Amino acid sequence: MVIVNYNIGNISSIANMLQKIGHKATVTNNPDTIANANKIILSGVGAFNNGMLQLSNLNLLEVLNEKVLHDKVPVLGICLGMQLMCKKSEEGTVPGLSWIDAEVIRFRNSDLFQDMRIPNIGWNDLKFEKKSKLFTDIDDPKFYFLHSYHLNINKSDSTSTTILSTSHYHYDFISAIEQDNILGVQFHPEKSRKYGMKLLKNFVELY
Amino acid sequence: MPIKRIIPLLLLDNEDLIKTIKFAQKTYVGDPVNTIKIFNDKEVDEIILFDINASRQKLKINFNLLNEIAGECFVPLCYGGGIKDIDTIAEVLNAGIERVSLNSFAIQNPTFVEHAANKFGSSTILVSIDYKKDVSGHYAVFTHGGTKKIKSHPVEIAKIMEDAGAGELLIQSIDRDGTFTGYDLELLCQVVSSVKIPVIACGGAKDVNSLREVLTMGVSAAAAGGLFLFKGKHRAKLINYPLSGFNYNA
Repeated sequence: MVIVNYNIGNISSIANMLQKIGHKATVTNNPDTIANANKIILSGVGAFNNGMLQLSNLNLLEVLNEKVLHDKVPVLGICLGMQLMCKKSEEGTVPGLSWIDAEVIRFRNSDLFQDMRIPNIGWNDLKFEKKSKLFTDIDDPKFYFLHSYHLNINKSDSTSTTILSTSHYHYDFISAIEQDNILGVQFHPEKSRKYGMKLLKNFVELY
Repeated sequence: MPIKRIIPLLLLDNEDLIKTIKFAQKTYVGDPVNTIKIFNDKEVDEIILFDINASRQKLKINFNLLNEIAGECFVPLCYGGGIKDIDTIAEVLNAGIERVSLNSFAIQNPTFVEHAANKFGSSTILVSIDYKKDVSGHYAVFTHGGTKKIKSHPVEIAKIMEDAGAGELLIQSIDRDGTFTGYDLELLCQVVSSVKIPVIACGGAKDVNSLREVLTMGVSAAAAGGLFLFKGKHRAKLINYPLSGFNYNA
């Protein structure tokens, strides 16, 4: 299992939590190491453009596309990591990885919302939309969110992406998705205490 | 529904955790790694750690310690102190810390906040603003751990930092630090209504009711030091976390 280190921070905390639950992950930006991985975690906090440029500068786009789209290796995108899997983002001009037919949009403010503050920072619960192995034995969870942007999937399109959960910040937004071997969460499991530990354990052991 | 956060704010003085009164009168609290491990086990909503010497004494950030702390911390962690360049932010985040708090350098150089937000995203960048109110009721912002006066009102600086791309503000009353006299609701209310980003209240937390009061008033999170480190009139050291944001919302 590898955690892709593309100079975008927040990498060690995932390795720390995996270690805590007894799993070892290699933190790497070496394309050859990634090519041999049986699972991939694409994490990250930060800006969309910078994330894509870092992946590109490190020559990781080809190996990631090959592993995820061809070899169908399980991949978990966390926060910006999930957003990069989409086609594009309002946060940047660079196209995303386009594994998922979705775009990333900024939280929509409206006069209808009383006192909406962006970014959304803090703990929130999930409303499960579809059962998934990723949430096995996770009941009534609370996860930590830190974001100004979220996924937007046009439901009229014949999309193969499943929305696993939504969360509510003035309106419902997508908080977890699944599409074949691709998983993505908007929140930070690596900082979400027991709920996050269980989610990472599920990803490692059930996929 | 989103849950408002209740945040222990811890002060690092070289390799010790300490607590101050009005940014002076240091009391030793304990070992940082152990203390953070205890707060982690208490499942706090988030932890903010400030190195109080990094800017004042121009010291290097103790990355060995930060790595060790982050390794024990499975709740969100924010670090502040002595951050003046993009590479340092990258290094802090790499240690396994979610967010950085900018203060002295950022307040003097708003374009630094802009660069940091462009590179790491606004949600990663917190700006903390310390202020005092003088006897005639005038507010002024202070940097470098309360030692340098900036002749600006905290609301004015708050707006500048918001425009520059800060994702959240921590507004701290130096006069109330460690005094258990309650939050400065009046000033906090002014800041909250002047910006559209989340605001963390800090300085003066007295008891559970004062946390409730300030959260009801409209801040997104309430931070406190002494309240979570001491118990009783004689400030006996006792790490405690009276309620998480979960209970507040319930």
